[in-house]
Amino acid sequence: MLLAVENVTHRYGDLIALDSFTMHLNRREIVGLLGPNGSGKSTLLRLLSTITKPQSGRVEVCGFDTVKNAQAVRARIGVVFQTQTLDKLLTIEENLLACGAFHGLSGRTLIERVRQVMHQLGIADRRADLGKTLSGGLQRRAEIARALLHEPQMLILDEPTTGLDPVARDDFWKAIEELREKRSTAIVVSTHLFDEAERCDSLILLDKGVRVAEGSPESLKATIGGEVVEIKARNPPQALQSLQGQFTSSMRLVDGVIWVEAEHAHRMIPRLVEALPGEVLSIGYHQPDLSDVFRKLTTREAMAATA
Amino acid sequence: MILTATALARRELIKFWREKARVAGFAAAPLLFWIVVSAGFNDFARFYGGSIALALMFSAVFSNMTLIDDRKEGFLAGVLVTPAPRAGIVLGKVLGAAGLAWLQSLIFLFFLPVTGLKPDFFGVLAILGILALISLLFTLVGFLCAWRMPSTQAFHGVVNMLLMPMWMLSGSLFRYEEAHPWMQLAMLLNPMTYGISLLNGALGANAPFSTILSLTVLLGWTLALFTFALVWVEKSDHATA
Repeated sequence: MLLAVENVTHRYGDLIALDSFTMHLNRREIVGLLGPNGSGKSTLLRLLSTITKPQSGRVEVCGFDTVKNAQAVRARIGVVFQTQTLDKLLTIEENLLACGAFHGLSGRTLIERVRQVMHQLGIADRRADLGKTLSGGLQRRAEIARALLHEPQMLILDEPTTGLDPVARDDFWKAIEELREKRSTAIVVSTHLFDEAERCDSLILLDKGVRVAEGSPESLKATIGGEVVEIKARNPPQALQSLQGQFTSSMRLVDGVIWVEAEHAHRMIPRLVEALPGEVLSIGYHQPDLSDVFRKLTTREAMAATA
Repeated sequence: MILTATALARRELIKFWREKARVAGFAAAPLLFWIVVSAGFNDFARFYGGSIALALMFSAVFSNMTLIDDRKEGFLAGVLVTPAPRAGIVLGKVLGAAGLAWLQSLIFLFFLPVTGLKPDFFGVLAILGILALISLLFTLVGFLCAWRMPSTQAFHGVVNMLLMPMWMLSGSLFRYEEAHPWMQLAMLLNPMTYGISLLNGALGANAPFSTILSLTVLLGWTLALFTFALVWVEKSDHATA
C-alpha cells in the first residue's frame, strides 16, 4: 500500500478542513486532488508530507505511520509546495547539494545525483544561477529536481503551478507526465484548475473537507448524461418548473442557470426555446467537462433539485 | 546529523558573504559606544570587555533573524520534509549564526593595544574561546526567540527587551562588588555576568567570579538551551508560515 489515509478529521479552530476523510492509493500513477480553495487539499497534503500531524485518524505512507515513523516517511517522499523552498541567495546547484545533504547523500554520490536530476529536468545549463534570478517556470523545475534527489517513491505536489503562465504550466505538466512514463513514482497533486485535472490518471474531488467523488476524468465526465444545454432565463426557478412539466430529460438549476442533460441535447434547443416563450435570455451547449461534474456534485441547487 | 549541520552552516556563511550589507551591521554601534564612553571617562580599559560582549550579544541574537525568513519563504518547510535529523538542523543553524557573530566581534580585538590591557598569548586564545562560547549561548537565545516569532519586527521588540537588561546587569557598566545587594542578586541570575567575568579575567582586568564557576554556568546554560531548542523543534507541528 503506497498510501492509506484512515478516517482523518482535521480542524483549524471551528473550521473543519478534513471531515472523516479516507483514501487509499496502490498504483504508481498521477492522482489529482481537485477542489476549490479551502476544500481541504492543502491540509491533506500537509498531513501526507509529515509537516502537520493528524488530530484524529491515521496516515500511512509506504507502509509507515506519518507520526510514529516520520523519518521513514520523509525518506520516501518528495514534496513540492505552493511556495518556493529554494534559497534565493544560493545557486540551483548549491540548493540541490544542500538538499541532498539533508537526505544523507554526500561526496561523489551526491554530486552525481545532483547532476542527474539537473539533466533530467533540463536545468543543467542554469546550475550557477541564483535562486532569485530564476523565472517562475525554472524555479518550479528546480523544485521538482529537489524533490526527486533521493529517488522518492511518492511525489507530493501542492498546487505546484500557482503563479505560472500557461506555457510554463504546460512545461511543468510535461515534466510530471514524463515521470509517470517511468512508473517509478506515485504522484499526488492538488489543483483547482480543471484543465490540469484532466491530465491526471485518477481524481478525487474534494469539497469542504469531504470527498464528493472519485474516478478517472473520463468516468467522472460520464456521470453527466451526454451533452449539456444551458439556458439563461428571466425567472429561472419558474422556467425550470415549466420545462420539467414538458420534458423527461434530467434538469437542474446550477448557479441560476438551467442545465438540461441529455444524450443528444443539442437537438432539443429549438423545442426548449419554444417551450419558454419570451423567457429565454440565451441558450448554449457544451460537451461535459470536469467543471460540470464538480458543479453538479457541489452546488446547493443541485442537491435541492435531486432531493 | 553532521551532514545536515555542515550543509546549513555553510549556507549561512555563503548567504552572509553574498549579502554584504549585513557584514558591518552589529559591531558598529557598540564600537561607537565604546569609543565615546571610554574617551569621556578617559579610561579605555574599563568598558572594553562589556562593549565586545554587547556587539557579540546583538550580532549573535540577530543572526537568527534569517530563521524567520527561512520559515516565511518556505526554505524551512523544505528542510523539515526531509529526514534531516532535527538536532542537525538546530546545530547547523546555530553554529552558522554563532560563527558569524564571533567573526564580527573580532573587529574589537584590533583596538586591544589602545586599551592598555596586555593579555599574553594564552590570554588572547582564551578570549577567542570565551567569545565563541558567549556567541553560542546568545545564538541559542536568538534561535528560541525566532523559532515561532511571527515577524522580524516582533523579533526586534522582544529581543531588545531581553538583551538590554541582560547586558546592563552583566557587570559591563558597573562592578559586581560595588552594586546594591538587590542588584547583586539580579546579576547572579544573569548568565551574561559570568561571561563578562570570564572575559575580563582573560583580559587581565577585574573578574568577580572564579573561572571554573563562570565556565560551568555558561556551559550549563548553553547545554540547557540547546536541549530545550531540540525538544521544541522536535515537537513543533506548524513550522511553516
